[in-house]
Amino acid sequence: MRVPMTEYLVIDLDTERWVCRVCAQDMGSAHGTYKEGTLVHDRDPRQIHQPVIDPERYEFTFSPDPEYCRILEYYCPGCGTQIEAEYLPPGHPPAVDLLIDVAALRAQWAERGVDPEEIHTYGPGADAQQHTAALKAIGHVR
Amino acid sequence: MTTIDDKPSTILTPQEQEWVDQFMDETTLFLGPDPAIMRDHGISSRSGHEERAIAAGVDRLQVERIRKRIAGALDEGYEMCEAQGAAPGAKWGDLTTAIYTAAGDVSYLSCHGVIAFSAILHHPIRYIMKYWKDEPTVGIHEGDGFIHNDARFGNIHNTDQSMIMPIIRGGEIIAWVAATIHEGENGACEPGGMPSGSETPFDDGLRMSPFKIVERGRLRRDLLTFLQHSVRDPKLQLADLKVKITAVRKIMERVDKIIDEVGVDTFVAALRTTVEDVDAEVRRRISELPDGTYRFDQFMDSTLKENILIKFACKITVKGDTMTVDLRGTGPEILNRAINSPLCSVKSMFMQAILAFWWPDLPRCTSAMSCIEIISDEGTWADASYDAPMGQSLQASFRGFSAMQALYSRMSFSTPKKYSNVVANWFNQINTFLWGGITQHGDMVGNLCADLNGMPGGAKPFRDGEDAISPLFCAMADTAEQEVMEEEVPFMQLVSKRLVRDNMGFGKFTGGMGYEMIVAVEGTPQWGFMTVTSGAKFSSVYGMYGGYGCGTYPLAMVKGTNVYEHIRRDNKKFDLSIEKVMNERPFEDGRYATYHMGLQFDIAKDGELYMISQGAGGGYGDPLERLPESVVQDAELGRISRQVAEEIFGVRYDPQTFRLDVEATGAARDAARRARLRRGKPFAEFCAEFVTAEPPKDLLYYGSWGSDTADITATVFTNDGPQRVTAPLKELPLVMVPDRREIKIARLEERVRELEDKHGEEVHRKS
Repeated sequence: MRVPMTEYLVIDLDTERWVCRVCAQDMGSAHGTYKEGTLVHDRDPRQIHQPVIDPERYEFTFSPDPEYCRILEYYCPGCGTQIEAEYLPPGHPPAVDLLIDVAALRAQWAERGVDPEEIHTYGPGADAQQHTAALKAIGHVR
Repeated sequence: MTTIDDKPSTILTPQEQEWVDQFMDETTLFLGPDPAIMRDHGISSRSGHEERAIAAGVDRLQVERIRKRIAGALDEGYEMCEAQGAAPGAKWGDLTTAIYTAAGDVSYLSCHGVIAFSAILHHPIRYIMKYWKDEPTVGIHEGDGFIHNDARFGNIHNTDQSMIMPIIRGGEIIAWVAATIHEGENGACEPGGMPSGSETPFDDGLRMSPFKIVERGRLRRDLLTFLQHSVRDPKLQLADLKVKITAVRKIMERVDKIIDEVGVDTFVAALRTTVEDVDAEVRRRISELPDGTYRFDQFMDSTLKENILIKFACKITVKGDTMTVDLRGTGPEILNRAINSPLCSVKSMFMQAILAFWWPDLPRCTSAMSCIEIISDEGTWADASYDAPMGQSLQASFRGFSAMQALYSRMSFSTPKKYSNVVANWFNQINTFLWGGITQHGDMVGNLCADLNGMPGGAKPFRDGEDAISPLFCAMADTAEQEVMEEEVPFMQLVSKRLVRDNMGFGKFTGGMGYEMIVAVEGTPQWGFMTVTSGAKFSSVYGMYGGYGCGTYPLAMVKGTNVYEHIRRDNKKFDLSIEKVMNERPFEDGRYATYHMGLQFDIAKDGELYMISQGAGGGYGDPLERLPESVVQDAELGRISRQVAEEIFGVRYDPQTFRLDVEATGAARDAARRARLRRGKPFAEFCAEFVTAEPPKDLLYYGSWGSDTADITATVFTNDGPQRVTAPLKELPLVMVPDRREIKIARLEERVRELEDKHGEEVHRKS
């Protein structure tokens, strides 16, 4: 049984591993942080949030200051999907943002008695349902 | 020398303790915020009346009917305030009305308005009940009304003022009704009520602990006069007091009719049942979430006077039907800067996230947070002490909102039953102009532009976030008609609501875009502007699941020129945007400069330009997964540049015809993914290279460095200059930042001496 935990990650309760939802790449033990199974790149934020006003003439340009802010991009080592982007000060340890009690998760889904992937939704509302259905039909939403 | 410790034992006998207590009770110097009230956000236990009323039996259908009628009454009161309110904030919907149990628990809020306003008012009501009810010089009687604004007694910030009135039947207080409006001006050190420049609590303006201003139906003229003399806009102070009193009375009229129909006990039972039902339902909903720990830390880049980095740490632990929010690791309070927030304000923004974005289907009742444990050490900028200035406390409290919003999407992602959509972060800064001075009508005023309400929404997993849709604190607030404002204030928005290119959180679905504002004053003897936000060096909103956050936002100014004169001479110059003005510099006599977004009240001369931009919502998902057609459409509309389309989204198109090149896009995206695999390093290897033992040497950093430590890192300023210390919060020295102008003068003086030495100039100075 696989439980979708983020847009790009499931926890496989049979193997107790994090798994990429795009390419099924193994991402490490579900008892730890999924980040250990990723590739990471330290991105200069000016490459993403590009200056609108001239950086040669102005200190504040719409771009983050790379001496204050870095963007850590986390990639799936199987397919290269960017599964997270973390904004951090230079040198700050990455956050352990998800640490799941796998036994409790198994018990929770055993009690529910349904397939987590089959019944997964992004939330209520006709708006959400219609958009999700339309995007699923063209293969744009998992 | 021999010292003799002859101090008496500090352990008191019961008799001695009683004498001390009696002495303290009889000689209280003054009553401050009560920690027993202020640290507690749980619902009160049932009163005897509530016990009896519920024991007599509760008809659920009748409770629902009462709830609906209360909601109608509250909405009517809300609309009265919105239609009649003098404060700009009232006209845009930045207000709320609510009904409370006798003990002060919010039982129901108006369907519109700012949830957080009411979510925090149980503190002053409990204060009134504890200290004024039986106080012979105060008391609580029918027709009384209490006013309050001091955040330290339970408020988001001091610019919001509440009118709180009791419902009394048979001599017993059975409920409270209150209206709260973002009034703006409050006599603070800068106009507009939320100064970025406050350096002591005394700079924060009116500091009204809850006190009675309406006595048995009559507004006390002596107290009103005192308040009017304490603010820049005495007309506003009077007008909105009357508006709130009228609205609350109208709600009470409606409630009286309900009570007459159903009886006091049924009414009391209905209020209490709502509170308890929500509390029980919240525990059930928590139990649906996966057990685990979830962390979302944020970094704020400004004291609003200088750039620093200060952490807002947040870890949520879910276990069964319990939830704990742990804020430890958050940076220390800075005792001479305006960014500090009392914990109650942060909690009110937690409530805002819970009732607006977690469980919007629940009755709007603040017991929704009652069972959630919150761990926080007093003395941080998110849990500030009594002596800390809090003029711009939104800096901390809004990050409380963002933490809760981001973490819920993580916690609830797997759950089969969702009560709201998964969504990336809303923009969380009030990027707007505050202003003050003398209007074209000769009135002294101070307030702000409605553009704070134009916050863009976060992306969802199935659609883009909405541009400039609503503030995170009020789903239905308006950004107002600028032309209406211009009838009352002596400045124009020369550019209003023009989207800034590339200003979105990039992702598979993009965060909503923000717009820019350019203002210039004319025809007033005195006027000035302020801005009060952060996020000019470090993005204030982050993305979700591979999406990026917002960019950063400068304050840009052109001083020393009158653009109105330029435009009158040559109307072709009336084609303005921040990008165009700052890059092309069309006004040759102007001085062009950028700043961070903390501008203390700055005197504006006729025609000088002040330019800012709203931010953007967080993006969702990998940008390389965005539909190429959507990217091209954004490019064609000018929402994104070609460079962003190619570099961030990996899309190729003909820039003349905007025809998508499917093949080249596929190849570009494949290449982009391969490039990621090449440059990405395994996590452990990456951490070994990236992570440092402490923050960069010259960075003024405040907060835990990482989350595996109980220590807080801070730079303190000593006689020997800045020194970095790392210690538990309780052991940190007080943090006060030196005056930036003194630092600048010292640097300039040093440079002057260097140049004098270099050129051999001998100067005799006296000290």
